[in-house]
Amino acid sequence: MRFTKDHEWVELDGDIATVGITAYAADQLGDVVFVETPDLGKSLKSGDAMAVVESVKAASDVYAPLSGEVVEANGALGDAPETVNDQPEGLGWFAKIKISDRAEFDALMDRPAYEAFLGSL
Amino acid sequence: MRYLPLTPADRANMLSVIGAKSIDDLFIDVPGVAQIRDPFDLPRHAGEMEVERELAALAAMNRPAGSGPFFCGAGAYKHHIPATVDHVIQRSEFLTSYTPYQPEIAQGTLQVLFEFQTQVAALTGLDVANASMYDGSTACAEAVMMAQRVTRRNKAVLSGGLHPHYAAVTQTIASAESMEITRLAAAIDAEAAVIASIDTDTACVVVQTPNAFGTVTDVSKIAEAAHAAGALLIVVTTEAVSFGLLKSPGEMGADIAVAEGQSIGVGLSYGGPYIGLFACKEKYVRQMPGRLCGETLDAEGRRGFVLTLSTREQHIRRDKATSNICTNSGLCALAFTIHLSLLGERGLKSLAALNHSRARELRDALAAVPGVEILTPRFFNEFAVRLPANAIETVEALVGRGIIAGVPYSRLAPEAGMDDVLLVAATETTTEADIAALVAALKGRTGQ
Repeated sequence: MRFTKDHEWVELDGDIATVGITAYAADQLGDVVFVETPDLGKSLKSGDAMAVVESVKAASDVYAPLSGEVVEANGALGDAPETVNDQPEGLGWFAKIKISDRAEFDALMDRPAYEAFLGSL
Repeated sequence: MRYLPLTPADRANMLSVIGAKSIDDLFIDVPGVAQIRDPFDLPRHAGEMEVERELAALAAMNRPAGSGPFFCGAGAYKHHIPATVDHVIQRSEFLTSYTPYQPEIAQGTLQVLFEFQTQVAALTGLDVANASMYDGSTACAEAVMMAQRVTRRNKAVLSGGLHPHYAAVTQTIASAESMEITRLAAAIDAEAAVIASIDTDTACVVVQTPNAFGTVTDVSKIAEAAHAAGALLIVVTTEAVSFGLLKSPGEMGADIAVAEGQSIGVGLSYGGPYIGLFACKEKYVRQMPGRLCGETLDAEGRRGFVLTLSTREQHIRRDKATSNICTNSGLCALAFTIHLSLLGERGLKSLAALNHSRARELRDALAAVPGVEILTPRFFNEFAVRLPANAIETVEALVGRGIIAGVPYSRLAPEAGMDDVLLVAATETTTEADIAALVAALKGRTGQ
């Protein structure tokens, strides 16, 4: 699993990247009440706003950590947005992206680097 | 305490940060014709009695709507407002309270907004209504931009029966969101003409019933055509009392209904403040503009009210907010809610029936005037007539006889080529004597 400075995580399986927000981000947001997932087929450049997550106190954009095309969105979050708080780095994933540039993945932080980054905040 | 404004050095410093040379640079987007360059030429100060005398003389040049026979409608209607409405809205808890962010001190205001939303949803036949917009025209523009967000398409088609001011406001506001607005030519009875303009880029079609010419239309077929193409149907109503008699927008398949709510509880007041009604299907609620009040339970399990789904709004969502409206027409919403509560469901129905029957009397009387042709095929309390002469000139002439005969359509849309078309409205305030006076004056004009 790799991480961004915007607190997204990515897990790569072949050329399919599963993307969500980190436990740290979910904790900072508080109770998530709504998630707007991206449309299927949407093509994204890394850094594009991809999804929106709303908690009781804020609404934030979730950025695409990698370039590619959206091949699946987590529809289960529609009825159970709290999954983002319960299992942020598992069932609370947002979307799957078919990536177009593997080098972007390699450039992301690994867990120790992300934890060091959190420690610096 | 003396208020110390910024020093010239402070100003120069701030201007240099944003890269402007002078304060005037901040106004370059205002067209030159709209800028005031010369200092105001104000009269010298005067004593209270002098000012009172001068203002009274100015006010006497106006002709209040209640001073004689009055047939203007076209988006603002003269209705009777019970004294209770004014009495209640003037309570200081309502009149002076600021925007109700804090539920712990604003339960009264919030409950009124909740009741207001419930009434608007019931009238429009839709699932959810917001706590109001500025007026019907801005509500219309907001609905068009909401359709853009829902469908992610950029084209809107406005019917030729949409009030020309609503069309102009929508064009102005929505064009800033890169929307392409197609405005069909003015037409008395052709709301369904929008169907031919629907394509796969169409976010929404906007129709009005009763429309700007008073024509009542069942828009169900238009809803089907819009939905088949993945577009939304927005239904506009400028006369809220018509909800008491006509099929609601929701029943006819509207996705969003917007209306001017002035007719219920809000005076004509020389054009405002008015109140925009805005309702939609529940599945679109997160794309709705404006305030929304919700019912909840407090920590002790008691019923209470709070603003809800605020993450759509600018104070939280910033530039991604669904709208840049950060308020609502709170006091007008209160007046609307009090008046409608006094009327009740049966009262609104009989008020609407009375309006329609007065308008039919007016229609029958005008149809008997030689040279006058009734143009509107199905109406509620307003319809268009063709006069044997220019409508603006006729209205001006009748003002001299103490009669305000209606709104010439060319006042709303000079380019439409309908110079002989007059819009006339009758409400519960219209009397037989008013109608007789209008008919006599028109007959006098035509020399019959």
